[in-house]
Amino acid sequence: MCGFGGYFGTLHEGERLLRAMTRALRHRGPDEEGVFVAPQAGLAHTRLSIVGLSDGQQPMRDASGDLVIAFNGEIFNYVELREELRGRGRRFRTSSDTEVILHLYDEMGEDCVSRLNGDFAFAIWDARRRRMVLARDRMGVRPLFYTQHGGTFWFASEVKALLQVPGVEAAMDPVALDQIFTLWAPIAPRTPFRNIFELEPASLMVVDANGVATRPYWRLEFPDEGEPSRHRDEAAAAEELRALLTDATRLRMRADVPVGSYLSGGLDSSIVSALAAGMTPQTLRTFSVTFDSAEHDESAFQAEMARALGTRHEAVHCGEGDIAAVFPDVVRFTERPILRTAPAPLFRLSGLVREAGLKVVLTGEGADEVFAGYDIFKEARVRRFCGRQPGSRIRPHLFRKLYPYLPGLQQQSAEYLAAFFGAGNDPLDDPLFSHRPRLRGTAAAKLFFSPDLRAALCGYDAAEEMASLLPEDFRRWHPLHRAQYLESRFLLPGYILSSQGDRMAMAHGIEGRFPFLDHRLVEFAAGLPPEMKLKGLTEKHILREATRDILPPLIGRRPKQPYRAPDSRSFTGAGALDYVAAAMSEERVAANGLFNPKAVAKLAAKCAGGQAAGFRDNAAFVGVLSTQLWVETFTAAGAGVARAA
Amino acid sequence: MTDSIRDDVRAFIVENFLFGDATQAPADGASLIENDIIDSTGVLELVAFIEERFGIVMADADIVPANLDSLDRIAAFVAGRSAAARTQAAE
Repeated sequence: MCGFGGYFGTLHEGERLLRAMTRALRHRGPDEEGVFVAPQAGLAHTRLSIVGLSDGQQPMRDASGDLVIAFNGEIFNYVELREELRGRGRRFRTSSDTEVILHLYDEMGEDCVSRLNGDFAFAIWDARRRRMVLARDRMGVRPLFYTQHGGTFWFASEVKALLQVPGVEAAMDPVALDQIFTLWAPIAPRTPFRNIFELEPASLMVVDANGVATRPYWRLEFPDEGEPSRHRDEAAAAEELRALLTDATRLRMRADVPVGSYLSGGLDSSIVSALAAGMTPQTLRTFSVTFDSAEHDESAFQAEMARALGTRHEAVHCGEGDIAAVFPDVVRFTERPILRTAPAPLFRLSGLVREAGLKVVLTGEGADEVFAGYDIFKEARVRRFCGRQPGSRIRPHLFRKLYPYLPGLQQQSAEYLAAFFGAGNDPLDDPLFSHRPRLRGTAAAKLFFSPDLRAALCGYDAAEEMASLLPEDFRRWHPLHRAQYLESRFLLPGYILSSQGDRMAMAHGIEGRFPFLDHRLVEFAAGLPPEMKLKGLTEKHILREATRDILPPLIGRRPKQPYRAPDSRSFTGAGALDYVAAAMSEERVAANGLFNPKAVAKLAAKCAGGQAAGFRDNAAFVGVLSTQLWVETFTAAGAGVARAA
Repeated sequence: MTDSIRDDVRAFIVENFLFGDATQAPADGASLIENDIIDSTGVLELVAFIEERFGIVMADADIVPANLDSLDRIAAFVAGRSAAARTQAAE
């Protein structure tokens, strides 16, 4: 795991700028750094040494000297690929996975990505064809951003490296802000930085004298609804799942340094930890977050699992004020406004792992997308059930079962429950049906947008853009699969793997690995019948069946508890810090021009008074605060950003 | 009477749910839920306001969109309850 950057173009001061980029990316790769400069291109790299500790330095050249690579991530099947390549007469000079990519590229060109099982972003300078090839892994675990300035094409693992280039300046893209305040994340390739983009997951980009060409090399797809599945026998499917997940975990245990595991106390990280514990001769080290508030804390389940597995377990506690204390750093690393504080505890958690002396952790992330674990999938099923009989007073009671941890909902009448979830109102054939309540609830926070920002947006609708990007066969898929696609295509790479994933882990030089996002497992799960994933209102049914023997019953039967952290109240009361009041002040909000200062002042007062209990007020508070911090962290001057759009 | 109830409730909604932005105030007949003005916790805030401001007690069965999901519905509900209370008092 590392950071890299580079350019395509002719520069006089290429090396100096590449060095500046490595300084900006040092947190991603504190162990080594290097640069490569050619007449038409340059590469920079900061290294977190995990595989091939002594001989994996980058940028790395092939034997001919014509191919040079800068690479962030891991190719988990590099051992098998290297043997295969050796069998074809190829000779290796290092023990690293990096060299495997170079050889494969030499044989297959950019199509080599189809052979890679891993989490990766890389750039290969191909001097023979005078082109730069960029690639990113299928699910979007590793980031890659780019921009063009002064006739030169620039790219890097994080935007802060691009901002080292003279003339590349940060300014808020109003459309990206609208997307974040609707979908929780910008829609790639757009980022919050105007004129700075990200390469979409599962995409290749070739940059040469003819320009820039991008194409996808893989996509998540589901069978048509009603199409006979090859997985008719549940026991056989569970067995196949177990074998795939075991192999995905085994590959992700490969490292020349110890591998630990996050352990939230939920089903997914417990499964991964259990599998990993059985594969390592040493005692597995596990790590978790604990909270003061009972509604967020899962320490009892974490302790139960750690005891059952015999792991060496450590936890970082998030008490009052801890989230506020790190929040400015969190925004500096997410590089995008966020509507939840959930990344902050993960920032502290990666710090704990670093202090413990580890560089690599497994996580259970991805299981909820792949095996339909999120509440939104169940919610959509209940809404469809209600939508078939809109006047029913009985059916909406099912919504209470979905959210036992939300007391505000438990107290509502059936009529109100139906109204809140749009049951009976949203057209059943709407492609975004599953996500409409969330989209509406989130977009309500746009109430705080300033008149200037609204004018700059000209009526733009992020949900409409989302709908326009869906594949042709989307409408033929089962409703559950449509919902899984929306979650996996938009929220997973844009928020979960980014703001809660790579960026929080790499802030402390920690590499997260995600067995559930092995593409073989993702493809297998996509082909499973919907009822094997969401059986009635029981989520991840087949996963529970496949792992029943390795989990204590308390964990294996545990219903999904979404990972959440205290929101606005983290910033008020005893946790109040001066920077919060300053960032939310009428003067600063007015100066940055993105929000309505008087409305924000009332929101801040409501939160300070402990009256902000709902999702909307909390999301708005965190969204406004993080946007204010983003503007003040990255831009020279926030004033007039929206007006200049 | 319903006009003044409507005005009071509108002012509460603008201040509490729209954070003072009167330009976003709902039309009298507009759904507060469908226009994303109120969420599940907001309903409880609204009930607390109505009880305090108009001196009526709302039973669980009263807390339904038919009574509370627009300014018109709230005004009609509160006016009806107040009239009933006055009649009861006169008897």
